Amino acid sequence: MSYLARRLLTFPLILLGVSLLVFFSIRLIPGDAITAMLGTEAGLLTPAQRQALAAYFGIDQPVVVQYGRWLTGLLRGDLGVSVTYGRPVLDVILERFPLTLELALLSMLIALAVGVPAGVLAATRKEKASDVGIRVLAMLGQSTPNFVVGLLIIYILSVYFGFIPAMGAFTSLWVDPFANLGQLIFPAITLGFAFAASVTRISRSAMLDVLSDDYIRTARSKGAPGRSVIWHHALPNALIPVVTLSGVEFGYLLGGAVIVEQIFALPGLGRLTLDAIAQRDYALVQGSVLFIAFNFLIVNLLVDLAYAALDPRIRLGAR
Amino acid sequence: MSKFSARSGLGRLAAIALVSTALVLPAAAANLRMAWSQDATGLDPHAQTAFSSLRLLELIYEPLVRLDADLNVVPAVADSWEFSEDGLTLTFKLDPDATFSDGTAVTSADVKASFERLLDEATGAAARSNFLSIESIDTPDEATVVFNLSQPDAPILVAMATINAAVVPAKAIEDGSVATTALGSGPFVLDQWDPNSKEELSVNENWAGGDIAYDGISISVLPDETAILASLRAGQTDFALLNDPLVATLVPNEPNLQLNAVPGLAYNVLQLNPSRPPMDNLKVRQAMSCAIDRQDILDTALVGEGKVTGPLTMPAYASDPSTLFCYEQDLDKAKALMEEAGVDGFEAKVIAATGEPPVASAEAQVLQSQLAEIGIKLDIELMELNVYVDRWLAGDFDMAVAQNGGRPDPYPMYNRYFTKDGNLVNVSNFKDDEIDSLLQQGREETDIAKRKEIFSKFEHRLAELSPWLWLSTSNIYTAQLKTVSGFESSPTGTLFGLTKVTLGE
Repeated sequence: MSYLARRLLTFPLILLGVSLLVFFSIRLIPGDAITAMLGTEAGLLTPAQRQALAAYFGIDQPVVVQYGRWLTGLLRGDLGVSVTYGRPVLDVILERFPLTLELALLSMLIALAVGVPAGVLAATRKEKASDVGIRVLAMLGQSTPNFVVGLLIIYILSVYFGFIPAMGAFTSLWVDPFANLGQLIFPAITLGFAFAASVTRISRSAMLDVLSDDYIRTARSKGAPGRSVIWHHALPNALIPVVTLSGVEFGYLLGGAVIVEQIFALPGLGRLTLDAIAQRDYALVQGSVLFIAFNFLIVNLLVDLAYAALDPRIRLGAR
Repeated sequence: MSKFSARSGLGRLAAIALVSTALVLPAAAANLRMAWSQDATGLDPHAQTAFSSLRLLELIYEPLVRLDADLNVVPAVADSWEFSEDGLTLTFKLDPDATFSDGTAVTSADVKASFERLLDEATGAAARSNFLSIESIDTPDEATVVFNLSQPDAPILVAMATINAAVVPAKAIEDGSVATTALGSGPFVLDQWDPNSKEELSVNENWAGGDIAYDGISISVLPDETAILASLRAGQTDFALLNDPLVATLVPNEPNLQLNAVPGLAYNVLQLNPSRPPMDNLKVRQAMSCAIDRQDILDTALVGEGKVTGPLTMPAYASDPSTLFCYEQDLDKAKALMEEAGVDGFEAKVIAATGEPPVASAEAQVLQSQLAEIGIKLDIELMELNVYVDRWLAGDFDMAVAQNGGRPDPYPMYNRYFTKDGNLVNVSNFKDDEIDSLLQQGREETDIAKRKEIFSKFEHRLAELSPWLWLSTSNIYTAQLKTVSGFESSPTGTLFGLTKVTLGE
């Protein structure tokens, strides 16, 4: 069986595990959709009123029955209906996903565009002023929480430029690319800042490793120009850890960047899930966590396939 | 939409975008741009109790009567009303102009159907408990509604003045669309709702309440209040709700912004659990009341935003706090009371919800340091709101830092906790014959002066028995651009005042 097919076959099993975990853990936390909606006023309900609401929210059955019902729906591709939105869970998720995907791609683009050249530069100037400078910046980038960066950006924009990116509703790329970019660029910079710092550090150390390899010395001794040695001979091999890191980070970002979405008021997947947990919208929590897990699996698979493309010596599936 | 590209001057394309959207913009330009950090959680006016849901639904629906900024009952769907001599019937005459946003008139049948829905247990309306004295509803003609009561119930009129008693169309009840269509007779129509993202409202042309000086309201949900402040500062939001006093106090520093603060009816309180020792001992509770410095808690935890209060927060009934038991900190008395009780300090857990209200954990910390003075060691348990609510409803705490909602009338505000058959007696864990009887008297008495006397006694006794330690009211904040004028704040927090607003340049 091919590597790809075998990998794909594990997906349903992993997702089943995730579904079990999320289904029961969300129900283990105290509170339910009724207390989430009514707060302390829920105490004013009579038992009959509570029963009626529980039936409305679909939480009146035993948990195992609920799970069975949800799972059979799932097999038919039906993730259930969100009680907050009154719409199918999948519709709600797919509506939020483009923003999250775009934001993740943009952040990764920024991180790679800044991080890889910075890392390479630092590696080739090891222990010189520029190397130290880049490493200090990278350290700063990794250690500054993104809510600090986000709030700082908003503060600077609003106080010194009398402007902040449009917040609340999201303009899709297809409707107005400029407005779309205007909304996403600052959150992407916020996320890309720490991301770029990690990429810089990883590229630098990977590059240093590779530069000390024999084949680089061979290339140099054969008279290959310095620039060509770095970009054509060394970089492709140094990229493997960068791909791993980017893949994992990108996978996380696809799960939504909760804090940055919160600060910039972007209706992405992270906030959707967070709000769903706060409102005990069980179907939506289950659906979005499953969706996020699925994305993560896909990204991981793509990362593994990318290894093989980058380094012909790696043969996937070989035992 | 084109604001960003226009400001940053991204060249020709931006100019084209600007020109093309300029044709569409004028209609949108006359919208009030509003922001809040917490979105509504649903559209059923009878079932929703969240602050944010009420604020939205008050713009769409109308009750029979509403409260003005001084908490007087004023007409809404009803033009006039009258209690019978024996207090057993309450008759409303409806406004002949009252119309739902689809153009159909509001009739007595709609009112009757609405209250029957509210009383139906299957609706799950928490406010139902305020209307249990309604025995039957008569509709002698299209414009008259008669409520027949099983017992005199003076506070029922005020209880009707909330959006939880909104008049919804009888036909929406029949086809089960109340929670989804939001068809009301209020000043605005809900055109679009993306939960936790935005709302679009347009003026209801059929509204009987008069003309509105702009076209609609665009609400953005900006979960971070510092971002709301930034948005106001940048002139991209006209009007906003703020919950966090720390953010609110920054508003007056901005030259183009105005802060509206009004003391709300909700109260911050340290709820003791008198069913657990040693809080079952009156002297221990009183010692705690004497040991705390309410003004200091207000100044430290709420950055001075609010007022020290006793149990009653509505101006018409509230007593001067200085006349209540031990409202001046008195550590000597506190220590003496502890000694009389024979309790030499104790440890207790206090529960508080993170961010709800924003000052909860700060309050708990100040209380912790103050009560340490008389040997009481508080262990603060901070938890997510739903977890907190669960524990709170079960009465499963030694003490709880809470912000409880107020009502314009003392009876519906406290009957749930302190009458013998109140729905939340297992939260208060406290029963007292005199308190119970004073609440019943207050319910039946229709003479305002006599009611004030009754509730003053009630308030003094409650403060003295100290089942809870009432601390302060919080301010309700809205912030706006100075170009916006005419908004009137209300202690109930309603945004109905937006109907009088004009947008300047």
